Amino acid sequence: MVNESDVEGIAKLADISISKEELGAFTSRFNDILEYFDILDQVPPGEEGVPDLGNVLREDVVTPSLSQEEATANAGGTEDGFIRAPRVM
Amino acid sequence: MDTDQQVIIGLEIHCQLNTKTKLFCGCSAEFQGAPPNTHCCPICLGLPGAMPRLNKQAVIYALKVAKALNLEVPEYSEFSRKNYFYPDLPKAYQISQYDKPIAEKGYLEIENDEGHTKVVRITRIHLEEDPGRLVHKTGRDRAGYSLVDYNRSSIPLIEIVTEPDLRSPKEARRFLNKLRSTLEYLEVFDGEREGAIRVDANISIKGHNRVECKNISSYKGVEKALNFEITRQRNLIRRGQYITRETRHFMEGRGITTSSRSKEEENDYRYFPEPDLRPLRVRSWLDGVELPELPDARRDRFMRDYGISVNHARTLTGDLKVADFYEQIAGVDPNLAATWVADILLGELNYRSMKIDEIPAINIGDLIALIRDDAITDKSGVEVLRTMLDHCLNKEDCPMPADIVAEAGLGKVKGGEFDAVIASVVEANPQAVSDYLAGKKGALNFLVGQVMKETRGRADPKVLNAQMSTYLDALEE
Ligand SMILES: [Zn+2]
Repeated sequence: MVNESDVEGIAKLADISISKEELGAFTSRFNDILEYFDILDQVPPGEEGVPDLGNVLREDVVTPSLSQEEATANAGGTEDGFIRAPRVM
Repeated sequence: MDTDQQVIIGLEIHCQLNTKTKLFCGCSAEFQGAPPNTHCCPICLGLPGAMPRLNKQAVIYALKVAKALNLEVPEYSEFSRKNYFYPDLPKAYQISQYDKPIAEKGYLEIENDEGHTKVVRITRIHLEEDPGRLVHKTGRDRAGYSLVDYNRSSIPLIEIVTEPDLRSPKEARRFLNKLRSTLEYLEVFDGEREGAIRVDANISIKGHNRVECKNISSYKGVEKALNFEITRQRNLIRRGQYITRETRHFMEGRGITTSSRSKEEENDYRYFPEPDLRPLRVRSWLDGVELPELPDARRDRFMRDYGISVNHARTLTGDLKVADFYEQIAGVDPNLAATWVADILLGELNYRSMKIDEIPAINIGDLIALIRDDAITDKSGVEVLRTMLDHCLNKEDCPMPADIVAEAGLGKVKGGEFDAVIASVVEANPQAVSDYLAGKKGALNFLVGQVMKETRGRADPKVLNAQMSTYLDALEE
């Protein structure tokens, strides 16, 4: 079970603002989701299902990159080929 | 040392692996000097829907490091997401490894402050991706934003974490030097690349809280940051103050650490297994990983095969390129070559900020041959070396030693050539001569010095000493 202060902390970590009014609703939704997992936990692990793939790897071979214009096309702002971002100190 | 003041240091070292492509995409990793955001694709830009594809070579390099540092590779390892917000991190998480790293529990042997072998335990190594690069431009209108270049985003890093086994900043520096040379011998790392190695240090005084010091990006910086921290912490203890457990940032330019006053929550990275990558099961690959001769083995072989001192062998093998260079010219005369490379050449290169591969080995080999054959004195040898390096530094053709000797007239003065100079020096310095004849033997050094000056160091001081005293003694008769 999570309480309202857990949800507040998680929201802060995720950089999402939640109003006091929303807090109760999110807390109960969180608990609902956790209950679904409790149900899933009761399912016995089967022999079949997803094959246990390991070592899915790629050879070290260069493939073309995007052009600078393409790479920065979605940026909110650019300057000399750099992407502008909010200052963090 | 006062045991109450025992210094305890552990390091976390991030090294860029020199693969051809990035860790999770095929973008070229050769981004140095390239215009910003030209080595990027949807994967390393973190565009929605793009899936990481793990570079096999990076895994093999990590296993090479694991084997060289005597680590165990678990049957199963996996990647995790480390979540935090920062503009250099386009996905708002870094793909790293958390509780299932690729290798654990190893060690690296170094020399401690007393010159004895010391085992430094390695806790773990893991693979992760480098974030992008932030550029902070100054100026009033720019105060509100930073500029981001994602060329470095997803460059493969290996993080090497030590146990808190280091006891002094010097020891930490020595550990890093040894680690660097080991990684270079493995050919998985290019230590000369800017930003190729970054270090976080955990440091405490025994019995007090631990401080994490981040953002150290040079070998010299590590010693500086640690020395600063030790002084700061000891001063606090002396004044009876409490050492706060915190993260501090090293300001390379000012040589100080400052508190980053981060909120507690920022250290909660909400790690969870990376759902877009399958786990690794690579323990069995370790058998196929072949290691080259490593620095310690090469040092021992140099002592055995070339008969050189342990100090010379250590200096020469501490850097892969220096060791290779030495082996190219050791045949001329192993001991002379060791002395000239370790004691003279490296210092002269360092003075000029030159690298050893900027000078052809054959030139140094020829110089050593001239010295071996008694064609020039040691003093002239240094002069020839300096002339040669100055030419190389100016990107001119590197002249051969014999040509410099001929041009500058540095050939050793032979036998009779001295006589005229000795006679003129004796004539010009009657006071010194009578001092010598009156029994003040020190006057001989002065007279010999005058002859050396006249012959610009081309005379062999030993021969000259004998000749001068014979000449003076003959005056007495
Ligand atoms: Zn890419």
